[in-house]
Amino acid sequence: MAGEAQTATDYIQHHLQNMAYGKLPAGYTRADGTVLSEPTWTMAHSAQEAADMGFWAVHLDTLGWSIGLGLVFCLLFASAAKKATAGVPKGLQSFVEMVVDFIDKLVKETFPHRNSMVAPMALTIFVWVFLMNLMDLIPVDWLPMAAAKAAGNDHLFFKVVPTTDLNATLGMALAVFLLMIFFSIKEKGPIGFAKELTLHPFHSGKWFIDIFLIPFNFLLEAVSLLAKPVSLGLRLFGNLYAGEMIFILIAIVFGVGVLGFIGAGLLQMGWAIFHILVITLQAFVFMVLTTVYMAMAHDREDEHANDH
Amino acid sequence: MNINLTLIGQSITFLAFVWFCWKFVWPPLLGIMQEREQKIATGLEEAERAGKDLELAQRKAADQLKEAKEQAAEIIDGANKRANQIVDEAKQAAHAEGDRLKAAAQAEIDQEVNRAKEQLRSRVAALSVAGAEKILSVNIDAKAHDDLIEKLAAEL
Repeated sequence: MAGEAQTATDYIQHHLQNMAYGKLPAGYTRADGTVLSEPTWTMAHSAQEAADMGFWAVHLDTLGWSIGLGLVFCLLFASAAKKATAGVPKGLQSFVEMVVDFIDKLVKETFPHRNSMVAPMALTIFVWVFLMNLMDLIPVDWLPMAAAKAAGNDHLFFKVVPTTDLNATLGMALAVFLLMIFFSIKEKGPIGFAKELTLHPFHSGKWFIDIFLIPFNFLLEAVSLLAKPVSLGLRLFGNLYAGEMIFILIAIVFGVGVLGFIGAGLLQMGWAIFHILVITLQAFVFMVLTTVYMAMAHDREDEHANDH
Repeated sequence: MNINLTLIGQSITFLAFVWFCWKFVWPPLLGIMQEREQKIATGLEEAERAGKDLELAQRKAADQLKEAKEQAAEIIDGANKRANQIVDEAKQAAHAEGDRLKAAAQAEIDQEVNRAKEQLRSRVAALSVAGAEKILSVNIDAKAHDDLIEKLAAEL
């Protein structure tokens, strides 16, 4: 536990606060009592400051870790791709090929359309999200304490699991959503897409009835369309946030005597083993749902009719 | 839990990584894997063809062996026949030679017998004449009785 004066609540809150860098307005009273004379871009020193920054703030830890892990994925796979030979695959190459083959088969099954981007996207999501989730298995205090020591600031906020930040998961879901809209319009045309949003699910075939059904249809379709990215982002966030929370709670138990230490050790091990399944599953679910959404975006109306 | 600029940053990061993977990771890897698949398929095909070739060669070799055996048997057969023939011929020749020799010997024997008979006859004639001379105590004019003696000799 970081600092003896901390209460359990402080500890938890500290662990759940991102390292925010943002803009504080003029006349703002900071955590240490100083008052800003003009709008300033600065690091947040308290949860309240981070909240008061509003939209104009960046979570440096979330972006740093997600970009870092994304680079790990890209460089690892790109180097494997560069050195790959058609001979007998060895080591890294065979591992990378196994993953690629797995994704390729899965995407071919769920995405019957022609789009060379979907499979690489599925690969990126699976490996990247998996790596970000994997940070959850590192004991909760290690990296934050190391970072605090390195920075010489005991109260440094440092969250190492990007997927426990709603911004990260919703950010990816937002990108998926934009791609859905893009491909829907590209494949069906603006009119085709508009038709899909307004003439389903209720459709009579007579225009004078359909006109009155349009608002109702649009409401339903808009909700179902918007629910996709929201549920996609929230599912991943919720699972990982809950998992992280339990790790933090277990970490608190470590401080409660010898029995607590042993019990917490066992609990942590059990939860971590279970979490290996959760993080893989969540990465997989995010990938599969993205692929399915892409397939839906590519489905034309005539094909759509066959599905029902 | 603040929604802020990180959201947009994460979206852009996501798209950037997807783009990178799409351009630089996926195509070479899949290309390599397809190439290997092709290679394996070709290899298997070739192995199958080689197997067929081997079978064909084996069958051909067996055929040739069989033919060679037949030929050898034929040759041995012919040789046996020829040998029998030669033996037969030799036997026949020996027989013929034997017969000829026998005949020649027979002829010689006959000749000898005839000669002996002739000698005997002339001797008998001479003895008869001498006997008759003694009996008659006269010389028989051999010339006068030549016909008689001849006749006698012929009867012996």
